[in-house]
Amino acid sequence: MEALDEIILLERFESRINAGEKIEPKDWMPERYRKQLIRMISQHAHSEVVGMLPEGNWITRAPSLRRKISLLAKVQDEAGHGMYLYSAAETLDVDRRELIEQLLSGQAKYSHIFNYPTLNWADIGVIGWFVDGAAIVNQTMLAKCSYGPYSRANLRICKEENFHKRQGYEIVATMAAGTTEQREMVQDAVNRWWWPSLMMFGPSDNESPNSAELLRWKVKLHSNDELRQRFVDLTVPQSQAVNITLPDPELRYDKKTQHWNFGKINWEEFWNVVKGNGPCNRERLAARQKADDDGAWVREAAVAYTMKRRMNR
Amino acid sequence: MDEWIDDLRFSIIQQSNHPIFQYFNNLFPQNKSMATKDTFGEGEVWEVFIQKETGAPHEHAGSIHAADPEIALQNARDVFARRGEVVSIWVVPANSITASSPDDSGPFFDPANDKIYRHPQFYHIPKSVKGM
Ligand SMILES: [Fe+2]
Ligand SMILES: [Fe+2]
Repeated sequence: MEALDEIILLERFESRINAGEKIEPKDWMPERYRKQLIRMISQHAHSEVVGMLPEGNWITRAPSLRRKISLLAKVQDEAGHGMYLYSAAETLDVDRRELIEQLLSGQAKYSHIFNYPTLNWADIGVIGWFVDGAAIVNQTMLAKCSYGPYSRANLRICKEENFHKRQGYEIVATMAAGTTEQREMVQDAVNRWWWPSLMMFGPSDNESPNSAELLRWKVKLHSNDELRQRFVDLTVPQSQAVNITLPDPELRYDKKTQHWNFGKINWEEFWNVVKGNGPCNRERLAARQKADDDGAWVREAAVAYTMKRRMNR
Repeated sequence: MDEWIDDLRFSIIQQSNHPIFQYFNNLFPQNKSMATKDTFGEGEVWEVFIQKETGAPHEHAGSIHAADPEIALQNARDVFARRGEVVSIWVVPANSITASSPDDSGPFFDPANDKIYRHPQFYHIPKSVKGM
């Protein structure tokens, strides 16, 4: 009887999704759907939070006040994005603390891109342009996903990301039109960030075990390869507009498909970074752990203050 | 033990000598077990409702964690109102919201389904009459 109920519930769930309806927290959902969402949303949240570190590195050294307030505001937004997403994850019956513990213990993953170092100011421009640009492509899709709270969180995020990308691209354009040294500096940053940015969309779908299920339940609406192609198609003309060369000799426009073909991605590098051996993996987790430790007294004090006040009532 | 202590949603880990636990233990010697936590949690969950302009309804925006209403309001502002697009915020402890359940949403909202006479289209009026 129970198994039969489950089949009926699953059928109804899938037909709702096919009809374009959103699933809300209290609705029945398959356990796999819930698990996949928790994994995805928490990874996304961790990425926003860890993503603050490479850029935060340059706030105090921004070359002008204008650049500094922009970068500061951008990094604050990323903290906000993390909060929207933890909040969305919590609608699935997990505790935020539990998710943070998983990040700190190394059990949960975050986007591999944040394990690369920001060596100079040009990196800040290129991160806004490439990394936020790639994030926009991904999050625009996720804003249409089948789970209501995740879709709404991404909608909110997307509204803020455009500023992130534009501030980055402005830095790139300025440096690209600057002195020879500045030009070389920004080209070098592009050379370092281009391939890791393409990896942000994840491995090819035939190698991504979760893809089929996620697509069927409309957690994702496009494959990793489709998203990657979209990012390349958007970015190539932007690079041409500022006379920047993307470091791929195989990059060429295919008139028939109307897409930019690009070279082979080094997935070995990707997996190596995901497994914890990127240039900054250890540094990033140590910084998160320190922030958590250093903030503990604030959380404790806040709770103690509340307890005390309720006692005196 | 008072209910509110449960409200505070501390998280895990046993045994601590932290002064705050000693304070807590002194207050509630009968309930030592509650005070053997090393890390405080993130505070309770508050649902956040924001109004984008005067005259607009307050809309659910998401949730935040905070230990008390004042901090909840500040956290809600920092998370959901970073661009001056909000004129008012409500925060509500998540556990004080009672919601209808989707399982019985059918029968629960049923009474309204067959009352087409509550809609203006139900009523026939002469075609020549305008603006009604
Ligand atoms: Fe973000
Ligand atoms: Fe961003």
